[in-house]
Amino acid sequence: MSETRIDRRFRALKAEGRAAFVTYVMAGDPDLESALEIVKGLPAAGADIIEVGLPFTDPMADGPAIQQAGLRALASGTTLRKTLDLIAEFRKTDDETPIVLMGYYNPIYSYGVDRFLKDARAAGIDGMIVVDLPSEEDSELCLPARAAGFNFIRLATPTTNDRRLPKVLANSSGFLYYVSIAGTTGAAAPKPADVATALQRIRKATDLPIAVGFGIRTGAQAAEIAKIADGAVVGTALVEQVALGSDNKDAVKRVLDLAREISAGIRSVKKT
Amino acid sequence: MSNLNSYRTGPDETGHFGIFGGQFVAETLMPLILELDAAYEASKKDPEFAKELSGLLKHYVGRESPLYFAERLTEHYGGAKIYLKREDLNHTGAHKINNCMGQILLARRMGKTRIIAETGAGQHGVATATVAARFGLKCAIYMGETDIERQKPNVFRMKLLGAEVIPVKSGARTLKDAMNEALRDWVTNVADTFYIIGTVAGPHPYPQLVRDFQCIIGEETRRQMREAEGRLPDTLLACIGGGSNAMGLFHPFLDEESVEIIGVEAAGHGIDTDKHAASLKGGRPGVLHGNRTYLLQDDDGQILEAHSISAGLDYPGIGPEHSWLNDVGRVKYVNATDQEALDAFQLCCRLEGIIPALESSHALAHLEKIAPDLPKDHIIVVNLSGRGDKDIFTVASALGVDL
Repeated sequence: MSETRIDRRFRALKAEGRAAFVTYVMAGDPDLESALEIVKGLPAAGADIIEVGLPFTDPMADGPAIQQAGLRALASGTTLRKTLDLIAEFRKTDDETPIVLMGYYNPIYSYGVDRFLKDARAAGIDGMIVVDLPSEEDSELCLPARAAGFNFIRLATPTTNDRRLPKVLANSSGFLYYVSIAGTTGAAAPKPADVATALQRIRKATDLPIAVGFGIRTGAQAAEIAKIADGAVVGTALVEQVALGSDNKDAVKRVLDLAREISAGIRSVKKT
Repeated sequence: MSNLNSYRTGPDETGHFGIFGGQFVAETLMPLILELDAAYEASKKDPEFAKELSGLLKHYVGRESPLYFAERLTEHYGGAKIYLKREDLNHTGAHKINNCMGQILLARRMGKTRIIAETGAGQHGVATATVAARFGLKCAIYMGETDIERQKPNVFRMKLLGAEVIPVKSGARTLKDAMNEALRDWVTNVADTFYIIGTVAGPHPYPQLVRDFQCIIGEETRRQMREAEGRLPDTLLACIGGGSNAMGLFHPFLDEESVEIIGVEAAGHGIDTDKHAASLKGGRPGVLHGNRTYLLQDDDGQILEAHSISAGLDYPGIGPEHSWLNDVGRVKYVNATDQEALDAFQLCCRLEGIIPALESSHALAHLEKIAPDLPKDHIIVVNLSGRGDKDIFTVASALGVDL
């Protein structure tokens, strides 16, 4: 498959000698306009890759913060179509920053896989993470998405043992998302030593860049992960900033301020 | 499906019944589900497992449950001959324990030390807490706050049995949300925890293994009906939320062409309103809780809240094998409203001296629509899946009685 924005970004960062800052925010949280402002502001705040959350009523792998973000987004009228519109709007001013759509399968299945892939392409999406589509269900979306030129990004977890790892890697591309803890998003801070051991194991099986997420909340934690991984993913901590006040304009500022702090942490780590 | 030789061969190797079923879960859970599948397949080949399970079902659960000729309901409708399969007489008062006993034996074989479950009406929670107490395993039950409010006796029962009841405050605070929360617990506690799913839904192998553990209902019914009438029944009736009691009764009869099989979904205030739980009539195929099945959902694929007076049927999905049986036309799926179920509940109390669960009352409610017009030699079996003691507060409130 041809190179995607994600592939290009990781190649550039490798040349630059630092890890990627991967951010996650929810489409339509706290409302569609503010979410667009957040996404538009993230590259300048240091984000190298943006995961845009697609809200779902029943996010069974997410902790309370992202559950609440999804409910706020749904309450503000966010749909899959409006999420694609938000990304298309972002693409009008940024043709470089990779966008990964992250969510659950049912809204996509309901929209229709073929129609979704066509519209996602038009909106400027580069990759997708669909939490409830393990490799056992590759024929649903992974294979058609790959054929359409998207990166299908897979999660590997502490329970993904060596026997299973090749199956997880088989059709994945772009990067591998290593979930640093067995748990829901935002639960506990990962232990860098454990993560390092896991990454050593995984690197034997793949050349894909590996981004590590779940539980990273501060610039200091992100820096620790940046030393050992190709990227650090921060979602819950950013999403929590949205909920801290009632003024949506302030929410944009709070999210971007935290992104800048974490970005500084990641950029403080130089790799040889 | 035109050359289908049997309706009983599913699921296929990938856990599908036609397009339904599958394994739609987060990667963290996949290794656990594969491990469960392997343990389950091994248990089926082990005569010791079957022996241990059947001993417990006999001496602890109190099986077999009677197949009872409901003489006065039969007289009342004046048509078909009505039998009740008395799952309400099982230990803990419902069919749920058949499955819990099977799954806890699997949990023990797999070396798990902590049990979790979701519950709606509380029957599955009570059954899970019961078997956990019996085998000395730690137990946490997830239950929506709304359900905790309307099922207080069962909440207290679970606590007496030593389980921790964890209130779920997300969503509509009912069964769907309890299942989300139980899955989140499982994702977090992968090493020591076994998730006892209470119905024929969830990722493969759950729909299959719950069905297999519940099939004892239908197998006994076949044998008992042969003893009582010397033949097969003509019609089977069971209520359906997720559909485990129905699948347990139906499955052993699926290949008997002469047997008409009817599942009754909860129509709440009516399926033309937005307050019902009839996933087959009011929903369309989608993916939730690990499987593809009929779901109540909006145009954007967001899951809608179900409604039923019966907490055990208050779920926006249905087991994937039911979805398949619906689409291939082997089972006929109908529905009954809250009011129809309440009427049937009271009628059964007065005529038979049996207080049925509100869930089972939905199956009883369908009798009025078919029994009077059927000949007297037509035999109907209704699965009386649980007893209604837990429901007296709900019923009192619906009838305007202050307890």
